[in-house]
Amino acid sequence: MRGMRLVRFILTRLLQAVPVVLGVVVLNFLLLQLAPGDAATVLAGEAGGAPAEYIEQLRARFGLDKPVLVQLGLYLKNILFLDLGFSFRNNSPVLGLILDRLWPTLLLMGATLVISVGGGVLLGVVAAIGVRTWRDHLISVAAVIAYATPLFWVGLMLILVFSIRLDWFPTSGMEDVVAFHEGWARVVDIAHHLVLPTITLSLFYLALYTRLMRATVLEQRGAEYATTARAKGLTERAITMRHVLRNALLPVVTMAGVQVGALLGGSVVVETVFAWPGLGQLAFQSLFARDFNLLLGIFFLSACLVVIVNIVVDVIYVLLDPRIRVGSST
Amino acid sequence: MTKPFWIRFVGNARVLIGLIWLALVIVGALAAPWIAPLDPFAISGQPFVRPLDGFAFGTDSLGRSVWSGLVHGARTTLLIAVIATLGAVAFGGLVGAVSGFYGGRTDNVLMRVTEFFQTIPSFIFAILLVAVLSPSATSVVIAIATVSWPPIARIVRGEVMSLRSREFVQAAVTLGEEDFVILFRQILPNALSPLIVTGSLLVATAILTESALSFLGLGAPNFMSWGFMIGAGRSFLRDAWWLVATPGIAILLTVLSINLVGEGLNDALNPRLRTP
Repeated sequence: MRGMRLVRFILTRLLQAVPVVLGVVVLNFLLLQLAPGDAATVLAGEAGGAPAEYIEQLRARFGLDKPVLVQLGLYLKNILFLDLGFSFRNNSPVLGLILDRLWPTLLLMGATLVISVGGGVLLGVVAAIGVRTWRDHLISVAAVIAYATPLFWVGLMLILVFSIRLDWFPTSGMEDVVAFHEGWARVVDIAHHLVLPTITLSLFYLALYTRLMRATVLEQRGAEYATTARAKGLTERAITMRHVLRNALLPVVTMAGVQVGALLGGSVVVETVFAWPGLGQLAFQSLFARDFNLLLGIFFLSACLVVIVNIVVDVIYVLLDPRIRVGSST
Repeated sequence: MTKPFWIRFVGNARVLIGLIWLALVIVGALAAPWIAPLDPFAISGQPFVRPLDGFAFGTDSLGRSVWSGLVHGARTTLLIAVIATLGAVAFGGLVGAVSGFYGGRTDNVLMRVTEFFQTIPSFIFAILLVAVLSPSATSVVIAIATVSWPPIARIVRGEVMSLRSREFVQAAVTLGEEDFVILFRQILPNALSPLIVTGSLLVATAILTESALSFLGLGAPNFMSWGFMIGAGRSFLRDAWWLVATPGIAILLTVLSINLVGEGLNDALNPRLRTP
């Protein structure tokens, strides 16, 4: 029964995501209308200028001479068939370009999630167990500072110290392309390149989850079930580890889901700093090529990614916390 | 235990440190033409002069004074962050107030829109907005305000919802006051303290967003800013690290100070809800 309800829950959530995705498409279309020039002038510009009649011809071919609502309909139809348009700069469809760059970003985000959630939970518990000791103060002060540091600056400072001065890690890229590593050697090489970008992107979220975890552990330790456990004669450590920890994890999971969109934004900056060949770097490049089709495509797919991750987080949440009944959470 | 607000607020050492740094930055920003008379964009000396070597903070790759950049950058960054936050507070406050006051279908629609803006990747959206509107001080302000109003709307909505069923509001309704008057005269003044706390923390986020945008080259052109200095200095990281380090420290300290002051405000305004 539980399995069926879970499937229904996921389907409902997918259905609820439809307006969000449609909203992004409409938003994209509006931005495209706001952008200076249209596809025809861009194409003509690429060709190094063109006569006005030719531009009119192009407009007619792309349907750009039709009323705005008809154009919106065309745009929606195209997106429905996953046609995100054509990048004239790169001379290839937007979707292909984005999918090529998707996995480096997913790798970076995955590594960041593991480090920031794992580290945040750990540090938060350590701080909460030793509340008002030097450990707590040290962790809290470090978290407050990390919380206020611009990501791109951390990245540059890490490069300065660990790449330029100490030469421990490479300054940029995802792998050593000229070394032609294969198999495990390639994995190790990519992992080596992954270290600094992951630390950079994690720092802020590590601070966020640490503070959240510390606050929830402290709050949960005052809950009635903790008092009961205390009355049974369990040690504080056992209460925290066995009972409080599980309950305190839930807000962190929620927050990790909420922050996925911000994480994608952060990866634009971090990928630019480390020349990490992912979506963020593609966004940066398309920004300077004034390649709006590509930029809007990235925005659309990253919004979809956020929606998907949010659904996954909801499912994890339901699995973690049996108190939440799947049926009633719609 | 009920000490006056100011004592509780400034008595906190962290708040005091934050306030001192913020005061320095604000005075620096206001007095920029006098304390840093060199134009931040003008070539004023040899390139790559080390700090303390005639120039307090050295010069950059073109021989522009880093000190002038820092001081004039404080102006740009603070101004853009504060205006964007005011915009976000005004818009988010309006959405939240209407949503919480009228409830029902209005509330439902407005909250869906708010959720939508919270779901989409905000920084990428900000980049898009600036790129489409073409980089200028106005478009940076619009972009930052557009991505930062949702939390304000949610907080104001919650406050308004809980306040509107209170007796003094009901009394105003019975007296036949206009909805608008009730909202602004009766409800909003009572919802001010969470609004102030969230707003002040939002300035910190706005500074980080502005810096990231101008680091990527999407800042206001012709205005020196801290993010732009880091972006311009990053190519010379190996030989002239101070070009990147100093503006970064300025951002870090300013954002940190605002966070400390914001948290202090929270503790002082809601003594029962102290951050543990």
